[in-house]
Amino acid sequence: MTTPPQTAASPGFFRRRIFTTDHRALAVLYLLLGLAAVIAGTLLSLVIRIHRVWPTLAFPLYGVLKPEDYLALVTMHGTLMVFFVLTVVPQAAFPNLVLPAQVGAERMAFPRLNAAAFWITLASLLVLLAAFFVPQGAPISGWTSYPPLSAFAAAGPGQGAGMDLWLASIALFCIASLAASANFLVTIVARRTHGMTWTRLPLTVWSWLVSSALTVIAFSVLLAAAAMLLADRHFGTSFFLPAGEVINGIRQHDPAAPGSPMLWLHLFWFFGHPEVYISILPGMGLASSLLANFTRRPVLGYRGMVAATLLIGVFGLGVWGHHMFVSGMNPYAGTAFGLTTIAIAVPSSAEVLTWLGMLFRGRMRLTTPMLFTLGFISFFIAGGLTGPVLAQPALDAYLHNTFFVVAHFHLVMAMAGVFSLFAGIYYWYPLLTGRLMNETLGKLHFWISLIAAYGTFFPMHFAGLAGEPRHYAQLAGPAESFASLIPVEKGITFAALTLAAAQFIFLFNIVRSSRRGILAGENPWAATTLEWSPIGHPITEGGPYVYGPDAGPNADFLPQWQSAASDISHIGPPGWEAAAKPE
Amino acid sequence: MNWLPPNGALHGFAFDHLLRWNLAIVFWLFIAAQALLLVALFRRKSAASPQRPIRPHSPAARVFHFLPLAAITALYVWMVFTSHKLWAARREAANNPQAVQVEVTGVQFDWYFRYPGDDGIYGTLRPDLVNAPAGNPLGLDPNDPHSRDDIVSAILVLPVGRPVDLRLRTQDVIHGLFIPGMRLKEDAIPGMLGHLQFTPTVPGDYAILCSQVCGLGHSRMQARLRVVSEADYERWLAARERAALAARGDTQ
Repeated sequence: MTTPPQTAASPGFFRRRIFTTDHRALAVLYLLLGLAAVIAGTLLSLVIRIHRVWPTLAFPLYGVLKPEDYLALVTMHGTLMVFFVLTVVPQAAFPNLVLPAQVGAERMAFPRLNAAAFWITLASLLVLLAAFFVPQGAPISGWTSYPPLSAFAAAGPGQGAGMDLWLASIALFCIASLAASANFLVTIVARRTHGMTWTRLPLTVWSWLVSSALTVIAFSVLLAAAAMLLADRHFGTSFFLPAGEVINGIRQHDPAAPGSPMLWLHLFWFFGHPEVYISILPGMGLASSLLANFTRRPVLGYRGMVAATLLIGVFGLGVWGHHMFVSGMNPYAGTAFGLTTIAIAVPSSAEVLTWLGMLFRGRMRLTTPMLFTLGFISFFIAGGLTGPVLAQPALDAYLHNTFFVVAHFHLVMAMAGVFSLFAGIYYWYPLLTGRLMNETLGKLHFWISLIAAYGTFFPMHFAGLAGEPRHYAQLAGPAESFASLIPVEKGITFAALTLAAAQFIFLFNIVRSSRRGILAGENPWAATTLEWSPIGHPITEGGPYVYGPDAGPNADFLPQWQSAASDISHIGPPGWEAAAKPE
Repeated sequence: MNWLPPNGALHGFAFDHLLRWNLAIVFWLFIAAQALLLVALFRRKSAASPQRPIRPHSPAARVFHFLPLAAITALYVWMVFTSHKLWAARREAANNPQAVQVEVTGVQFDWYFRYPGDDGIYGTLRPDLVNAPAGNPLGLDPNDPHSRDDIVSAILVLPVGRPVDLRLRTQDVIHGLFIPGMRLKEDAIPGMLGHLQFTPTVPGDYAILCSQVCGLGHSRMQARLRVVSEADYERWLAARERAALAARGDTQ
């Protein structure tokens, strides 16, 4: 539960908290790494937003942004957020925090491999950030790094040393993710406690099972692709390089065996699409768990939810081509990938409908983690609904790479993802500090963030419909119709600044509550899953979501560490009910 | 709802119609779902009484739980079928030899439009001959007789009402040809030739953009499509043809 008091005999701070194989300590390190990345990524996005509406503004200590600076910011923003925030936190920090406890394991299957994964991730982040400080700066080819733009140093500033560092960073990140996920998989399969059968696993664990399997498959392919591109750049191979290249007016050597950039598109998106599910599946599992807890009702159709999670994982491996409808891919392939993409919308819709159904089954407790779960659902629906629109090749042939797509993935992946991370942090905070986060500040943080996030990303749909492409440093040139978008752009920038500013409330709450928050006691949310168990690694006799009448005549819930026979009373800290009441 | 730029292509009417239907449906689904979330928020207060037991459902009643999912799935199936009609008509058709032939080449950070000239055949391009400052940005081979009458233009001029076949290529990196007013988008991939077919129906000027990040000048990689009457098109083509032949006659 809380960290044991430090005694004279216990190892020092560095041994306990930094150079450790303890998964809880590693979770804190991952959270700090994610925090550093999200701060950097957010600052970059604010510079992007400000530049878009005031392109001639001189930034302090830097000056006016050049077009290549803008593209470098976009590239690094995307890379930081996708890999170091939306992968690291849900798929490394959270499982380290609670996965062993939720399956009743004392520790991870491979603690040293697990610790090594963190250090490689940190190295990967440092290598990535180093790209800002090499000659010509960070790469400009976007987080997808399509060759030949990413293959030739002559193709643009940042495509030399910066691009090499980007590829090295991605390769390191792949290695770390493979190590971490192999460890999670084995922990789930082999380290479950006595009685923790498959149908007693919390849905978060099912999510990590699927997302870890996806990680092993998808990141292996990305690792290979990054190695191949590095080889194309430095060792004379031509996996992705065709004949007849003229870069900047200069004839490039024809490769002996010409390759094709299409291979990179296929390999990258074979990774890139499962990556979306890797980052959102843990949030979906958490949403189900928190809805059960805060409505005091079991998860509706547990087996159906497990099946939906597995289906999303399997289908998720077969939809990558929907990123390539307009790439010149065979139109029949476009039709096929459109079909698989629509198919994956069915299990996703089933999960959404289940959550909506769960809201109306019990009495809802509107705590901060519950609010952020509702926010997650709201954004998942808002961004998810444009998925089937974009899945139609005929419509995507206009919308592809416009701001409509930017709106889509920022709502469904970034905002839904981040709101579920907030839900998890507010919910599990007591595990790390023994205290609850402040509810008033939490609710303030939620409502400002919700409205500002919609204000930031919803209007981007309109810019996209008007045809505004991504990665444009300025709205100028023959497309003068974009001039009418300037007021929309200004509104977006204003909302983005508000969204970023609201996060100070969160940071303040984290720091303040660690010393002055309400003491949480043993099971502050009256939860059923094993991370809240007061005994070390108990045996399990029941399912993960026994809430409401199923728990027995005198109880409102039955934790997995208790058997149905024993009498339990409501466990919660004094004043918890009051704290959970609405403002 | 009128965020889309004015449409000037034959297939654009069907496209706009389909897109508007799709957007209207997902917009109202979005509103309905968000309303449901709000209702759940407010209902909580009235439902704060002791909890009602969960009523067991008969197997027949359980079928109704799947009705919303069945309805959504039916909607997805409708989307697949309606949009596939448009996609098949647009992309799964064979190339039309009767169409106006123009080759589009993306180069950091310009678009070039090549007309095959009177002989109707594109001349050979050689990468080693590319020399934009000397007036040969595409590397036209002067020794190929088919090259002599090729017209290379920085503006795309097309006649109204005739089918067009754009041949798509790039010299350096991936570019994305995007003509919002023609509801057209296709990437030019190095080492590949792409084809795009459409019919402009409304005379006027349309923006041509690059939709795939291609380097520091990506946002200024823009050109113009000018759709004119058949007579104006023939006049423009003849003038450019004379100019091209004259220029090549001088240099040879």
